[in-house]
Amino acid sequence: MLAQIGKRFLTVIPSLIGVIIVTFLLTRVLPGDTASYFAGPAATPQAIAEIRTKLGLDKPLPVQFADYVAALVKGDLGQSLTTGQAVTKDIAARLPASAELTLAGLFLAMSIALPLGVMAAVRQGSWIDHLCRIIATAGVSLPVFFTGLLLVYVFYFILGWTPAPLGRLDVFYSEPARVTGFLLIDSLIAGEFETFRAAFAQLILPAVTLAIFSLAPITRMTRASMLAVLGADFVRTARASGLDSSTIIGTYAFRNAMLPVVTTLGMVFSFLLGANVLVEKVFAWPGIGSYAVEALIASDYAPIQGFVLTMAILYVLLNLMIDILYGVIDPRVRLEG
Amino acid sequence: MSAPPLLEIRNLTVEFATRRGTVQAVKSIDISVAKGETVAIVGESGSGKSVTSYAVVRILDRAGSVANGSISFSGIDLVTASESQMRDLRGREISMIFQNPRAALNPIRKVGRQIEDVLLQHVQATRATAKEKAIEALAQVKIANPQERYDAYPFELSGGMCQRVVIALAIACQPQLLIADEPTTGLDVTTQKAVMDLIVELTRARGMSTILITHDLGLAAAYCDKVVVMEKGKVVETAAAGQIFTAPQHAYTRRLMQATPRIGMTLADLLPAVPSAGAPEMKSPAAAKADVSSTPLLSIEGLVKEYARPQASKLWSKLTGSSEAAKPAFRAVDGISFTVARGETLGLVGESGCGKSTTSMMVTRLIDPTGGSIMFDGVDIGAIPAKAFAASPMRRRIQMVFQDPTDSLNPRFTAERAIADPIMRMGGGLGRDALRARCEELARLVGLPVDLIDRFPHQLSGGQKARVGIARAIALDPDLVILDEPTAALDVSVQAVVLNLLEELKHRLGMSYLFVSHDLNVVRLLCDRVIVMRTGRIVEEGTAEEVLGSPKADYTKELLTAIPHPPGVAA
Repeated sequence: MLAQIGKRFLTVIPSLIGVIIVTFLLTRVLPGDTASYFAGPAATPQAIAEIRTKLGLDKPLPVQFADYVAALVKGDLGQSLTTGQAVTKDIAARLPASAELTLAGLFLAMSIALPLGVMAAVRQGSWIDHLCRIIATAGVSLPVFFTGLLLVYVFYFILGWTPAPLGRLDVFYSEPARVTGFLLIDSLIAGEFETFRAAFAQLILPAVTLAIFSLAPITRMTRASMLAVLGADFVRTARASGLDSSTIIGTYAFRNAMLPVVTTLGMVFSFLLGANVLVEKVFAWPGIGSYAVEALIASDYAPIQGFVLTMAILYVLLNLMIDILYGVIDPRVRLEG
Repeated sequence: MSAPPLLEIRNLTVEFATRRGTVQAVKSIDISVAKGETVAIVGESGSGKSVTSYAVVRILDRAGSVANGSISFSGIDLVTASESQMRDLRGREISMIFQNPRAALNPIRKVGRQIEDVLLQHVQATRATAKEKAIEALAQVKIANPQERYDAYPFELSGGMCQRVVIALAIACQPQLLIADEPTTGLDVTTQKAVMDLIVELTRARGMSTILITHDLGLAAAYCDKVVVMEKGKVVETAAAGQIFTAPQHAYTRRLMQATPRIGMTLADLLPAVPSAGAPEMKSPAAAKADVSSTPLLSIEGLVKEYARPQASKLWSKLTGSSEAAKPAFRAVDGISFTVARGETLGLVGESGCGKSTTSMMVTRLIDPTGGSIMFDGVDIGAIPAKAFAASPMRRRIQMVFQDPTDSLNPRFTAERAIADPIMRMGGGLGRDALRARCEELARLVGLPVDLIDRFPHQLSGGQKARVGIARAIALDPDLVILDEPTAALDVSVQAVVLNLLEELKHRLGMSYLFVSHDLNVVRLLCDRVIVMRTGRIVEEGTAEEVLGSPKADYTKELLTAIPHPPGVAA
């Protein structure tokens, strides 16, 4: 098993190198001049040239790239010109926020979508099957910013059940001591239950927004995969041996149906992590998506490169985790590799 | 016979709701099974034999339902029994064994655990004793090292072993009735014999009743007391096994018997008697003149195919510093030599894994041989890389008919498009009309009604699809056709027709056949010479009469004795 994981890591190296090269080139190719952007509209050409020299943008591209890689090896992703902070620091501060939100949304979606998908497959054509289809279609056809705004309108503005959608924690609470960067976990570690409650209250609406959006792929995949497995020969054997339906559906069918579902979950997760910019904007969530978009607008190279690289590494880790999970679920996968 | 039967099916009708209205799959049938009796239900595909058994266990799928009649099992009416009552009966009183044992087991659960599931469900064991009992059940079906096999997954076991596990699963709770639905279809003859012997031995020892559902009359005759013949949802004949073969009453039974290949008959005997005027002149294969004197069409010398065994990648072993000794490559085909003369049919016989399919793939140049030469009409085609062979002018002279007529046709191609495919790729530029005319000509040649050639595969019957496959293979007038179990997926009556068609086409078009099969009875009928292969080597070679009539190698003898034969039949 360990050997397999090690081998997987080795195969990842070339793709990471590719990511580094491509993001570097892409950011250079993008229209917009960083130096003139930061010098401001009133700057003299001389001032712009000065800034350009300071940023190292006057050097030829290969030299710039060599500088970038040399810094990268030391773990230095450069400085963000917009925030004035080291990119590593910015990302370290914002990534947990995005991850916490995405994970919360995904777990919420899973806890609804998996049972719903299974039920829809078992009682194919029944009301629950139709309900499943309606929920999935509605969820995916509403844009997330719309769902988000709707939820804020109903639960904050009209009902007043949730706090104002202003970031991860109400201003009246201080952040718990940082361990994981996940406020829910950190507050529990610190034993500050009031903070936990406050953070949870902030998290619930954006998480629901994300969950509604990701319901569709998970439900549909669970249903389709369950239907295929329920029609398999071994389920017929299980029925002919008189096993009760909970064993047949749970132990026999569901575990076999999990493989494509796990793949879908991984895809949904990585998609949400980078793409929930709109949700982050609506809820003023200090996440990594909005950070990257702001940097992009400002032609701020270092954060963009840092963001893409971080996402690539995360994606690789995620795929590795899914592969390992595959091996746990299906013994046939363990042999290969 | 005074004791009431264990299972009594009366006037049973099973309906399926389809898009075109309800279809009766089983029409008012009566079958009874006495205690300790072994009953065979014999019929071709679509006869309703499997549906009958599903109705008994009540595992018909959603669309199917019992429309009429009763099924009584030791006094309980199974049609009206509650679902929880049925669940208690299934597995504990009535068990089933299925076709395709590997698919019948949960692929990701240890086989021992699957047996435990059944034992625990029917309270035949507690958590503490379940493992012990499951191992015991594995031992009873004669699985070597049952303790180790308990932890095996189905994909780690051979097909025969999987079927043993399925049997262990079925009899773990000591049921009174065992329903075996084509339990040995797809298994090798020797494995089939071992599995059937095991079923009979176990059921006899426990005084169980058995229903054997099969399309194989020989199997039914060899293992059953009573035979029920079904056709199109109806029972056409019920009689004692000995009687049904010596004196079949119903015309359908006779037709079925006739179509089953046996010793001492010719291909033409398989078909119902037809006025000889219209029928093409049939010769027995031995009489067919094979042009052996001149240079052979295909000459194979020392052919070898090796597959590397999977091992850890070199990079990784370098990194970890582990030095694995390189495992020797697996030899799928181990230095075989044979020839096929012009106009000859050579049978390539052996059990799964013997290398016969690998050999045929090398001859068609789909894969590259590791060593040896393949001389085709004086040219060493073995030297042409497999990738380049598609462009070789030799390619059109070697064609193939595949095992599964359904899977080997593109479902989105009409029959005409399928037949035209090789012509469009290799037959030069025929105009649309000429192509159509050629396809129609080919369809007529293989006996496919011309109005059917615009249909898609799913709109054709098994036999019609087989004809499309044959038409496609002969479209370019090849010299050599490789037939890879062309009738294995067909009903016997269809098989009889297809075999006769192949024989007729060979004479008419002057082709040679390399006939790959595991069915020795079919090989006997169609082939001039036979090669018996085992573990990549040729164990015996000679004329069909020599090899199958008086075999010399022990392995050939073993294969021949494993075939179940119907008792003495008047041809």
